[in-house]
Amino acid sequence: MPTFLHYARLKLQNWPDILFRVITRISAFSVLLLLAAIIVSLVIGSLPAINAFGFNFLSSAEWNPVTEEFGALVPIVGTLVTAGIALLIAVPVSFGIALFLTELSPRWLRRPLGIAVELLAGIPSIIYGMWGLFIFAPLFGDYIEPWVNDHIGTLPMIGAFFSGPPMGIGVLTAGIILAIMVIPFIASVMRDVFEVVPALLKESAYGLGATTWEVMWNVVLPYTKIGVVGGIMLGLGRALGETMAVTFVIGNAHSLSKSLLMPGNSISSALANEFNEAVGELYTSALIELGLILFFITFVVLTLARFMLYKLAKREGKVT
Amino acid sequence: MLTLYARRRLINILSLGISVLAMAFGLFWLGWILFTLLQYGVPGLSLAVFTQITPPPGSDGGLINAIAGSLMMSALGTMIGTPIGILAGTYLAEFGQRGWLAPVTRFINDVLLSAPSIVIGLFVYEMYVIRVKHFSGWAGAFALSILVIPIVIRTTENMLRLVPNTLREAAAALGAPQWRIISSITLRAARAGILTGVLLAVARISGETAPLLFTSLNNQFWSSDMNQPMANLPVVIFQFAMSPYADWQQLAWAGALLITFSVLTLNIVARVLFRQQGSSH
Repeated sequence: MPTFLHYARLKLQNWPDILFRVITRISAFSVLLLLAAIIVSLVIGSLPAINAFGFNFLSSAEWNPVTEEFGALVPIVGTLVTAGIALLIAVPVSFGIALFLTELSPRWLRRPLGIAVELLAGIPSIIYGMWGLFIFAPLFGDYIEPWVNDHIGTLPMIGAFFSGPPMGIGVLTAGIILAIMVIPFIASVMRDVFEVVPALLKESAYGLGATTWEVMWNVVLPYTKIGVVGGIMLGLGRALGETMAVTFVIGNAHSLSKSLLMPGNSISSALANEFNEAVGELYTSALIELGLILFFITFVVLTLARFMLYKLAKREGKVT
Repeated sequence: MLTLYARRRLINILSLGISVLAMAFGLFWLGWILFTLLQYGVPGLSLAVFTQITPPPGSDGGLINAIAGSLMMSALGTMIGTPIGILAGTYLAEFGQRGWLAPVTRFINDVLLSAPSIVIGLFVYEMYVIRVKHFSGWAGAFALSILVIPIVIRTTENMLRLVPNTLREAAAALGAPQWRIISSITLRAARAGILTGVLLAVARISGETAPLLFTSLNNQFWSSDMNQPMANLPVVIFQFAMSPYADWQQLAWAGALLITFSVLTLNIVARVLFRQQGSSH
């Protein structure tokens, strides 16, 4: 290929080009370096705790700074449960919002409503926390939780999860606040994903006489299911790592309770509350190991999410 | 007994009704939160908020040291993160067609984009705060810059990909070397979009609390020394809101109002800018 050779020689002569290329390449490489540095520094920071507790750290519910006994079970469970509650509420609501934005909304309303949902995503998480603590939690404790106690708390199987003192703050409240926070993330991914469905498919279904709901449920959703799950996982990643909104309302109690109305703790809120006051190497190290666990969980979830979204994007390229 | 047709229509109407309710549900929280902020924040706003430093409980004061600290750290964080982000995004869009580096970076960047910010705080604490043995404004700025980088990379790459290839070819046909094509043609054509990304990044970091807790901490007094612990709005709001003192809580609401409205304004400005960029093509 003589032309290619010629091109390559020209390129070699052009040193600013090479320099430019190298600089941008180093910048791109620094992102990988950053990730590696984060993982290495967290592992090094948590070595004392790993050496002291080993795998017991994951299964022990003990958290006693005085005797220096630390276990991560309570915060891990708190993180998973609050994120789970958040998804249970946020997924159906987000689906409804995405359905409304893609299929039902009049064209002129689409943009403002889309922006409104994105603004909800833009509100800093500390504001959700403050609002949750001062406004939502008191109302929730006064009106909703007594009702939950009386009506759901008395049911045979799930009752134990829903009975407890109506204090307003607790795991359930944290889950609800998180749900409000992740709704906009999941909804906007779902909306974007629904928009990749070829109009041809939808028109064919409408042409056969399907209702809007049937088109949504039997055509759009199956076509986009990988992307939808990816969006949900993205929301899950957010919910797992969210700090301030949870810290305000979860109650920060290192105790494992069956009831969702009781205060609990999550990894991020334990870090936010205790890290600066932690004395002693082992205490700090145990908290850093909590951070490492959180990073690991979210990393796995986000990797899966991105993988699924990529897969959908690839298929989109094939079909159209 | 409903006919099949009637049942299908009923299910359709019910589910669409629920979808409308879901939309209303989402907007309801936005409205409620903004209303609360105005209700509690506006009475707390006064000239003192912008002229005096954070007070001890029980006396008058404002938030000026926290506002200044937030501005300084956000500005520095943006200034550190933006160039790296733009260069890396340029690599992904312009040189990333071959090799392993670009796809891997893209993937890792997408993961970092939504990594928990509190872990970033821990990272900077481990890497920097422990070394210099004290909390500082610099540490806060570093933590914020790590949050800026992935956002800027993402938007830069996306915006550069929107630039039509014919522009690059035209410049190349005129004999321009590649660095010239990228810096004077494609980056310039995409600049409004990249600016949008930077603004969104600023909006994101100006409300971040978690990464600042272990890095810049807080400062009761006026300080513009980046080597000292530095006051900043989110951490002050956190401390004041969690405190039992009514006057501190009042200031926290005022701060919350300021932060939220500046973040939302940035978001809207970014979108308006982007829209102009979009329509100019």
